Amino acid sequence: MEAAMGLMRRVPPKHSETALSALLSLLPQHSSDLLSQVDQPLQVLCDVDSGKEFILCEYNRDADSYRSPWSNKYHPPLDDGPYPSAELRKLEIEANDIFAIYCDQYYEGGISSVYIWEDENEGFVACFLIKKDGAKTAHGKRGCLQEGSWDAIHVIEVGPVEDETARYCLTSSVMLSLTTNNDSSGTFNLSGSIRRQMNMELSVAEGHLCNMGKMIEEMESKLRNSLDQVYFGKTKEMVCTLRPPSEIIEMRLPDS
Amino acid sequence: MSDEEETASQLTDKQKMEIAKWFLLNSPAGEIQYVARDIRAVLKNERVYRAAVAEAFPLYNKAHMICLEFPDRSGEVIVSSFSEIDKNEYLDPRTAQVARVDHVKQVCEDARPANDEELPSSYIEEYRCALDAEIIKYVSEAYPKGVCSVYCANGKDVEEPGSDFELVVLISAARHSPQNFCNGSWRSIWHMEFKDELQIVEVRGKLQVGAHYFEEGNVQLDAKHECKDSTIFQSPDDCAVSLTTIIRHHETEYLNSLQVSYSNLPDTTFKDLRRKLPVTRTLFPWHNTLQFSLTRDIQKNLGLESSK
Repeated sequence: MEAAMGLMRRVPPKHSETALSALLSLLPQHSSDLLSQVDQPLQVLCDVDSGKEFILCEYNRDADSYRSPWSNKYHPPLDDGPYPSAELRKLEIEANDIFAIYCDQYYEGGISSVYIWEDENEGFVACFLIKKDGAKTAHGKRGCLQEGSWDAIHVIEVGPVEDETARYCLTSSVMLSLTTNNDSSGTFNLSGSIRRQMNMELSVAEGHLCNMGKMIEEMESKLRNSLDQVYFGKTKEMVCTLRPPSEIIEMRLPDS
Repeated sequence: MSDEEETASQLTDKQKMEIAKWFLLNSPAGEIQYVARDIRAVLKNERVYRAAVAEAFPLYNKAHMICLEFPDRSGEVIVSSFSEIDKNEYLDPRTAQVARVDHVKQVCEDARPANDEELPSSYIEEYRCALDAEIIKYVSEAYPKGVCSVYCANGKDVEEPGSDFELVVLISAARHSPQNFCNGSWRSIWHMEFKDELQIVEVRGKLQVGAHYFEEGNVQLDAKHECKDSTIFQSPDDCAVSLTTIIRHHETEYLNSLQVSYSNLPDTTFKDLRRKLPVTRTLFPWHNTLQFSLTRDIQKNLGLESSK
């Protein structure tokens, strides 16, 4: 299993789906571990009632059907799929509405979904998902990207409320890919995935949603900056190490 | 459980071998040995592993243009389809030696002098050698750790002016820093077609740059570019200088455009995926979203919102 995760760290990120299905066929006995530890780009379905799209993941799946957060119905329909309790469903509805606005504000388009369900320890688990297609043919406002995608999965485990505070444990994964293509510079593709965790104990004075939302916002900003400055920055550094820019070369050469 | 057992036994050895080969061939620069170690652990089948490795390593080595030192340290050989004499033998025209390599171990086992049939004619060699000398100068200036070679891809037996021939310049630079979780490679392949009738040399370049950073994550750069140019068919020395100038010009321009792509990232390109902050330039007001839902309703009613 460690070797399998090692392989996933080296595979080109745009091939991660192929790599995962290859590993699943080689190691079927580890399939549940692989599915929970390896992030995959998100798929969507369209809710037949509202016409809105929703994101598919393990947390809204039962057998081969997926529950829409808008209508609370399974697609394709199921007789006896699991549903969150009435109280959690109320929270789920509110979370979806607010998260959709958050998504608008930061992603200028894109699809969001939130799923909430009971936990064994009297708390609950919430999964916030975002899928953005930034290609100029889709929702890329500035038209820079020939291809671009950002998939974010945030899973928060919320512990029971004690003394007006609760424990929040967030695990976030972001997968992204961007490609620019033009005549003068050819194809330029950066892609990758990272996962981080954040734990906090917060007062529930402003409500669970507010706490979870703020954690996710902080985490997404950190991940975005990290990807941009650290990760992409390191690849840029590598390119300049392989072939230093000419200003540096000119400094080394004597005047001819 | 029984479904999973069936799946495992349904995968034939050939299929497993193809999967292993796929992982190996898609390894980033400098990482195939690590991938090989991991795939061996996953396969748990030495026979399939050896078959996969035997097929994948030669292809990978040629695609990545790996550079191996001669056992007596008299020089280096680049493993590529242009230098291939036989599946384990590769020519180094500069020292006129043929190396025998072990692809899986990625080492040169021994070397022998090249035969006359393996080397180009002295007419071609004049051009090849002059170009090689200029390219070496360029590569040692531009690349801290670059290797290069010039091969005759076509027409190596042409004895005198009157026929076309083709030379290929390979430039390869790799940087492996596994302890820093970072690896990268630059590969250039330049085809020079010497056209006798038109008295021009047509140049086609293919540049490929890759980088992989994987400290608690997995991020990869994959950049490619193709370009064309041409120059007059002159004496070997003059051709060498003008062809090298062309290469230098295009490669420098390409590096600059890569830098421009990177500098556009934070504020432009990345923004198409996710903004740093909302248009309001403040964090999202989680406790007070009423104003936003009202704005959204108004936008919807006025038909200003794009369809979701």
